[in-house]
Amino acid sequence: MKSERLLVSKIRDGTVIDHIPAGQALNVLKILGITGKEGLRVAVVMNVESKKLGKKDIVKIEKLELKPEDVNRIALLAPTATINIIRNYEVISKSKVEVPQEIEGIISCNNPKCITNQPREPIKPRFKLVSLNPIMMQCEYCGYIMTHEEILRQLTGG
Amino acid sequence: MLKDKDVITIIDITRDELETLFEETDAMLKYRRSKLNILHGKVMATAFFEPSTRTRLSFETAMLRLGGAVIGFSEPSRTSIAKGETFADTIRMLSSYADIIVIRHSIEGAAKFAAEIADVPIVNAGDGTRHHPTQAMIDIYTVRRNFDNLEGLEVGVLGDLKYGRAATSFIYGIAKYPIKRLYLISPPQLKCRREVKEYLKQTKVSFEEVERLDDVVSNLDVLYVTRIQKERFPDPAEYERIRGSYRVTRAHLKEARDNLIILHPLPRVDELPNEIDSTKHAKYFEQASYGVPLRMALLKLILVGEK
Repeated sequence: MKSERLLVSKIRDGTVIDHIPAGQALNVLKILGITGKEGLRVAVVMNVESKKLGKKDIVKIEKLELKPEDVNRIALLAPTATINIIRNYEVISKSKVEVPQEIEGIISCNNPKCITNQPREPIKPRFKLVSLNPIMMQCEYCGYIMTHEEILRQLTGG
Repeated sequence: MLKDKDVITIIDITRDELETLFEETDAMLKYRRSKLNILHGKVMATAFFEPSTRTRLSFETAMLRLGGAVIGFSEPSRTSIAKGETFADTIRMLSSYADIIVIRHSIEGAAKFAAEIADVPIVNAGDGTRHHPTQAMIDIYTVRRNFDNLEGLEVGVLGDLKYGRAATSFIYGIAKYPIKRLYLISPPQLKCRREVKEYLKQTKVSFEEVERLDDVVSNLDVLYVTRIQKERFPDPAEYERIRGSYRVTRAHLKEARDNLIILHPLPRVDELPNEIDSTKHAKYFEQASYGVPLRMALLKLILVGEK
């Protein structure tokens, strides 16, 4: 954390998302729906040295508390990330994200013939984790396996 | 065991359940021309959203032989689905009429979704390119009838492994047995899907993808041949180019082991010419003959259990 201390000051209350794979910070903001127009103080640090990752990104967002669904999205995008909750300049909790074993409704199945892609049917796409490294999630209905690239493309709209 | 169980994919059926089913099928063989009263008063609905003759008729025959009754449709264009009713509502309605529902649909995962909605057991009779579990049961039963022990067998699956649901289900099913090696023989553009290969890796079955039957035919104890399905092909020209290159010939059989059996879920086109029919290796008509007794056994086990 030394090098980024030079770049941005501490935040009083909010969330620091650390150990994001280098180059993914803007995507993390994107999936959290943060555009800058919300008026929150946001700091983005990119490509700084990291013992664990070589290089990493960090995102600091003041006054934001993450919902469990946000944490799941971050885990899918940046499985190495850690989430620090800050209150009154102190880190009150620090946790590593965990790639969820099962997700519902966060991404849709890339198989157009899957039942979850049929209009008007009362069904939500559901996936289970079948591989962690690389991340692969399997549709519980049609069996299609979403690769990490496919998941990222959906989460970031890229 | 199988009582009240949904049959969506053969992956969910244990080897013990398969063995029980096969014993029950052995017992049903002598009743395939009789009328039993085991399922008297029970109603089976066949919901066929996609055309089928043999699967639907063999399920219906099985139910009628067991003394049960059959309702259903095979032309969704003549039902309220044509008026825009959802699949979910159609299943809910059938579930209130019948004791068991047999479904075929071109949409993948339809049977699994139906099982979440219905209060009665669902049997998947084919969903798109994904699963056809009762066909795989028949296929593995045929292998078991021809070999005392499946341990150590070398098995080849030939043809359309990408779009073919029968081939896919056979691969899932045979991987439950301690076979020696599985050869997946297909043109490069029709190779097994990612999820099938992941499954094989998990189950630790030794498998190999090959492009030519010639290279492996002499190793095989079982050769499962499938049709390259025209309706699954996005580009008709591509279909025409591929179809001739995966054909079993008498020349192949000269190389083959004496005990090789050849299976095919039928219907066939030109991948398995008539000249093979008279050889001792051809077991596909025997295989087809198990369709009714095996489905009798399955319906009995789901609806009344093992007694």
